[in-house]
Amino acid sequence: MLDVSNPEAIANEPGTRWRTKDLLDTDQLTPEEIDLVMSTADAMHDVRSRPVGKVATLRGATVITLFYEQSTRTRASFEVAAKSLGADVVNLTASGSSIEKGESLIDTVRTLEAIGADVVVMRHPNSGAPYLAARHTAASIINGGDGTHAHPTQALLDLFTMRRHIGPLEGKRVVIVGDILHSRVARSNIWTLMAAGASVTLCGPATLVPRTLAGKTERGTCDVTTNLEEALEGADVIMTLRIQKERQHFGFIPSLRDYIRGYQVNARRLAIANPGALVMHPGPMNEGIEISPDIAHGLGSVIEEQVTNGVAVRMAILYLITTARAQ
Amino acid sequence: MTTLLFRGGRVIDPANGVDRVCDVLVDGGIITRIGDRIVQSGAHEIDVTGSIVTPAFVDLHTHLREPGYEQKGTVATETEAALRGGFTTVCAMPNTSPAPDSLTIVQSLLELIARTARVRVLPIGCVTRGRAGKELADLSELADAGCIAISDDGNPVADGRLMRNALEYAAALRLPLSEHCDSPSLNADGVMNEGRISERLGLAGQPAAAEVSAIARNIALAETTGAHLHIAHVSTARSVELVAEAKARGLHVTAEVTPSHLFLTEDAVFGTGPEAAYDTNARINPPLRTEADRQALLRALNNGIIDAIATDHAPHAIEDKLCEFDVAAPGISCLETAAATIFTLVSRGELDLLAAIRALTAGPVATFALGARIPGIGALTPGLSTDLVVLAPGENWTVDTSTFASKGKNTPLNGQSLTGRVRHVVMNGELAYSAELAHA
Repeated sequence: MLDVSNPEAIANEPGTRWRTKDLLDTDQLTPEEIDLVMSTADAMHDVRSRPVGKVATLRGATVITLFYEQSTRTRASFEVAAKSLGADVVNLTASGSSIEKGESLIDTVRTLEAIGADVVVMRHPNSGAPYLAARHTAASIINGGDGTHAHPTQALLDLFTMRRHIGPLEGKRVVIVGDILHSRVARSNIWTLMAAGASVTLCGPATLVPRTLAGKTERGTCDVTTNLEEALEGADVIMTLRIQKERQHFGFIPSLRDYIRGYQVNARRLAIANPGALVMHPGPMNEGIEISPDIAHGLGSVIEEQVTNGVAVRMAILYLITTARAQ
Repeated sequence: MTTLLFRGGRVIDPANGVDRVCDVLVDGGIITRIGDRIVQSGAHEIDVTGSIVTPAFVDLHTHLREPGYEQKGTVATETEAALRGGFTTVCAMPNTSPAPDSLTIVQSLLELIARTARVRVLPIGCVTRGRAGKELADLSELADAGCIAISDDGNPVADGRLMRNALEYAAALRLPLSEHCDSPSLNADGVMNEGRISERLGLAGQPAAAEVSAIARNIALAETTGAHLHIAHVSTARSVELVAEAKARGLHVTAEVTPSHLFLTEDAVFGTGPEAAYDTNARINPPLRTEADRQALLRALNNGIIDAIATDHAPHAIEDKLCEFDVAAPGISCLETAAATIFTLVSRGELDLLAAIRALTAGPVATFALGARIPGIGALTPGLSTDLVVLAPGENWTVDTSTFASKGKNTPLNGQSLTGRVRHVVMNGELAYSAELAHA
């Protein structure tokens, strides 16, 4: 395992290197790079398991979190990850900053770069906003969720969690259930899971599952269905997504009641999946709606572990990007 | 007045059925002769061997931005862009501030045009007051003021009854109603074509059905009222089928297409790199569609279902595009690349040369019946016509927006190589623009 407290040793490590300034989505990553993230995250997981749980590898680096949307876990997870590596962390939100005064995204990231940010972790309500930011700053941009487009660190921590439980994903069946149309988590997961060789099934009401996301790569496949019972047959992983009550507007769903009837992941439906199937959720959960409480906290649930692993995976990303910058 | 003799070009004039290599003489502000080996002493002779000589282009759909949005464009800058693009007549869309919904606003616009325009500008008036879609503008007043058509431009007349009544007035006033056919409730917050790319990029989509269903409704209302419905910038395959059917049934329905929709697809939003570009310069309304739609538009132009190529020239300021895709202003600065994109399509064999030239000249003139107002427009009729364009069809050049006359540098074509270039433009019998002089 990598000794992450010794940067010189890591720099001389043979194998795949990190190439890109930014992490915007998982579709930019090769399978080898995803493996690099996973092995680095293993080392970070080890660091986090120690009594102190911190190293000083990124001492002197400045990480700024720039959140234009509410977030609990992602922002806190990045902050803990950066601090666990010894970086200095500054947290900015859209309220209480120049953003409220109408400053453009480009001016904001350039200002952060001028202040000395090495890495900006960004969440934004508009799909593609981190791409715009990345083109206009020398700081590294990590996409912490953009609109309905991508949430790459969530997908990587999901993959990390799956691998720790069921090993390599080749030939494994992963079902993602819920509002795929508005889900950046689902989109980013599709690319990592297909790259890892899984067969992905997207399942939800026809209004919320874009058919064009179906496809295949050399390694994995992605298909689409509206029938959860069929989808769950032979499933190794079930990932449920948050359903928002507001989707009743314009008839995306008739009602939460109707949604529960068709798509709630509960004991009856879980029994259709493979024995020991993993139950996942990116949070925040509406227990009793997209997932029943007994399943959310049941034997197969790794939902809390996803949150824990999120810190290790984000440490890995921060580490890989920051050390690549120094080269 | 200068006497100009264009020697040895291929003269193509769809209005008069002319396509031959010969000379064109412009004398005393007018095209006087078209023929072989013209001899005229004292004429300024220009050798245009290998070039195409056509009537100057007519644009049915231009955004000049003035009054109200001078940071995006002015009558002076955008008509200079038109001239360089080979257009000596442009129809000004009414999405200005104030919008031309009354006589006094049109009159002040006409004064502005008289003072600053580089080409002929024909104003299009509003359908509804303030383009708000609530009550009709003073339509007979707009007709008297000289508006050549009415339109609410980017705001579709969503209310069916209001649209029906607008068409009744348009029919009585003998004005075409140019409509951006769209269904706002179907489009919701859409910012690009709904489909593979929008779903990949997490951008809200504009379904083809939003345009198609609006066209179907408006054709039905055109039939009810007998009005002339002009469908602005058709963008889907099914749209042109509806237009074809309406024409076959003898309805007064016409349609235009933009060079952007003929040349580009939704892929331009993603860009050509491995990483998504979210190219705000490819955001346009209606959105760039699929390759199948583009092919259908090309076919419809070649077989005459589509009457005119109209630029929908939409200049924007830098900050309108240098932002998140969802909040970027829709539109492409098109006047200075329009002819080149069309001739690039001709050089690729995708567009028929004669059909393309007709759709830039005689087509738009017939569509808005402009010949009755401006004799000889869109034609090379000796003794009547005054404007022409000389175009080098094989000349390759690279789009460089820093050289644009337009204030709008917003085009996804910047840096792209195109084939075909406007070399000379004659307006009112004078050499108004020459590429050679501009770049000397």
